[in-house]
Amino acid sequence: METRNIMIVGVGGQGTLLTSRILGGIMLGAGYDVKMSEVHGMAQRGGSVVTFVRYGDRVAEPIVEEGQADVLIAFEQLEAKRYAHFLKKDGVLIVNTQRIDPMPVVIGAAEYPEGIVEDLKKEYKVIDVDAMSEAVKLGNPKVFNVIVLGVAARHMDFSKEQWFEVIEKTVKPKFVEMNKKAFEAGYSM
Amino acid sequence: MDDTKVMMLGNEAIARGAYEAGVKVSAAYPGTPSTEISENIVKYKDELYCEWSPNEKVATEVAIGASLSGVRSLVSMKHVGVNVAADPLYTVSYTGVNGGLVLVAADDPGMYSSQNEQDSRMVARAAQVPVIEPSDSQEAKDFIKFAYELSEKYDTPVIFRTTTRLSHSQGLVKLEERQNIEDKPYERNIAKYVMMPGNAKLRHLVVEEREKRLIEDSCDFPINRVEMNDTKIGVITSGIPYQYVKEALPNASVLKLGLVNPLPRKLIEDFASKVETLYVVEELDPLIETQVRSWGIKVIGKEIFTIQGEYSANMLRKAVLHEDPEVKEPAAIPGRPPILCPGCPHRSAFTVLNKLKLHAAGDIGCYTLGAVPPLGVIDTTICMGSSISTLHGMEKAKGKDYIKNWVAVIGDSTFMHTGVNSLINMVYNQGTGTVMILDNSTTGMTGHQDHAATGKTLQGDEVPAINIMELCRAIGVKNVYEINVFDVEGLEKLIKQELAKDEVSVIITKTPCVLLNKTPITHTCRVDEEKCRKCGMCMKPGCPAITKLPNGSTRIDTKMCNGCGLCKSQCKFGAIEDVPV
Repeated sequence: METRNIMIVGVGGQGTLLTSRILGGIMLGAGYDVKMSEVHGMAQRGGSVVTFVRYGDRVAEPIVEEGQADVLIAFEQLEAKRYAHFLKKDGVLIVNTQRIDPMPVVIGAAEYPEGIVEDLKKEYKVIDVDAMSEAVKLGNPKVFNVIVLGVAARHMDFSKEQWFEVIEKTVKPKFVEMNKKAFEAGYSM
Repeated sequence: MDDTKVMMLGNEAIARGAYEAGVKVSAAYPGTPSTEISENIVKYKDELYCEWSPNEKVATEVAIGASLSGVRSLVSMKHVGVNVAADPLYTVSYTGVNGGLVLVAADDPGMYSSQNEQDSRMVARAAQVPVIEPSDSQEAKDFIKFAYELSEKYDTPVIFRTTTRLSHSQGLVKLEERQNIEDKPYERNIAKYVMMPGNAKLRHLVVEEREKRLIEDSCDFPINRVEMNDTKIGVITSGIPYQYVKEALPNASVLKLGLVNPLPRKLIEDFASKVETLYVVEELDPLIETQVRSWGIKVIGKEIFTIQGEYSANMLRKAVLHEDPEVKEPAAIPGRPPILCPGCPHRSAFTVLNKLKLHAAGDIGCYTLGAVPPLGVIDTTICMGSSISTLHGMEKAKGKDYIKNWVAVIGDSTFMHTGVNSLINMVYNQGTGTVMILDNSTTGMTGHQDHAATGKTLQGDEVPAINIMELCRAIGVKNVYEINVFDVEGLEKLIKQELAKDEVSVIITKTPCVLLNKTPITHTCRVDEEKCRKCGMCMKPGCPAITKLPNGSTRIDTKMCNGCGLCKSQCKFGAIEDVPV
């Protein structure tokens, strides 16, 4: 199998690491070679963060390069725009419509671009989701990232049961049910 | 053990490899990208001892002691930590080891979380210490076991070099059982272990001989591997760049080096003679390239590959194959630099310093972010512990009045690392500086590690915490104060008062890191739009929870706010109120 490339981008603190752990788990379980690359340390402090996940028969480099991503999962609009050029021509962009102002915007040195999702739709295959509102409906805003993952899962090669199995293995027991519910919400969107 | 493989971070695999190699003692000071080695090795604490030491020099000496007593030991650090450890490192190269000794140096090409981009291989070359470099998690685990064999066979410390990309990438690893390594007997041997001139002169000869032997023998080491393929292009590479070579040039012949210092000369000469065009692909300094060229071998390297940052397969495709992968330009949008968290105690300290229009000699930690807008307080950041000594140097150059609008700013962990030495110097040499220790009770930036002043060890033991206030007094500082950093009025008054004195002062702002504070949030802050005069003062501290509304007023995101009250203290019109959660 040709190597498949997935990227998760967002703002430090949004929980990209949990999502990548679930992703890694499902690919490992399916018997693929997997490599993931993530950001730790200073960059995590509210900065722009990116995680690369690659799987296939044999994976060499652990990063995804420009123009190579099959699926780009963006937890925030501006970050979707920042990394959209990493997508392949027929790649899919899943974007959570949450907006988090970066410091240059907070202090008035820059403006947050308007109409990001509409612009991206002109160039790419985009699926937008207001996962934060959905998560609040489920009673726990923290699980918004798993809702987004559920949406993205429709564009990957694994069954819902496989996903549930990995969530059970990855998430702390008391949070399993909530996370499965969140995944289901995204998956059935 | 069965054949199942598990996903492991490079650093986790290094820890696992050390465990499997029978390591009994591990010491480290946290530093990105090396921190997770110790955070993973502690999982095996029933079978080995591990600690956070106050700095890399101490950690290295702990590992040396363990090695000399006859057990395998590990010390790990980020690349700049190697500078701190350089003193013992250069000399343990002379003494050699008893039990195997491995020093993990984690380099940071691209500087994701560092103040410089130095190449640890250069230090190793200067110290005449062999360097082993893996290129994925599986190799990280396997090679470290080889490193211990090498260390004991050649009686040398070994540097195990990793980079951010390897340390922070996950890959599949097959686990093995822990080896049962017998402790080596200890024998007193002052000619080998007491490095005074007479002994050291003889040991230097031993080091030269050892290096010669390594150059010969390493041609047959299993970690150096030739992958012959099409001979038009030959590549010498190691570490993570090997993966980029395999991706971009799958048909090239490759000499993959596991030992990058010293170099297996014959193996390289032999490989070079079999290929038409020879490239060296190595991130950072041209360590391999320069040596290969010095042997009269024609080689292409840094004239087409950058000396800065990380490499990639696309970069190689462009440089070697002159391919131009069609890639869209990144969008021109506002950047998102790292910031202090909502409720971060450092923001309060910097807001006060900013209001007083003071300069700060800064240090290494989350609080380095106090250099950038909107707080813009920190003027200098060099290395761990440098704030206090830098300020002292300014005073000695320009006189005490010159630093009346300066403070030194340092965190608690950095103070315990090397800052305390600088404070001793300031007192001893009659400085008059004002030092602020931003004590958030943890090593914050690397992800919350304990240190001597937190009262807990890496292994989870509760111990008496070193009292920083008493420590400063013991050094001879007469003016030592502790204050809650969110008492902005009190802090402002105190800083002014201490700057006016012609004596050393230490102000400890003791407020835990907001990410560690487990007490539930009792209230968040809310802007009353009726009372708001749209002056924007609440936005001055740069809290990410506060955004400006189109009508000029502001809104506080209750999901982010934890009620620290800093914005409230800035509002002159009482327009920000507490709302119970």
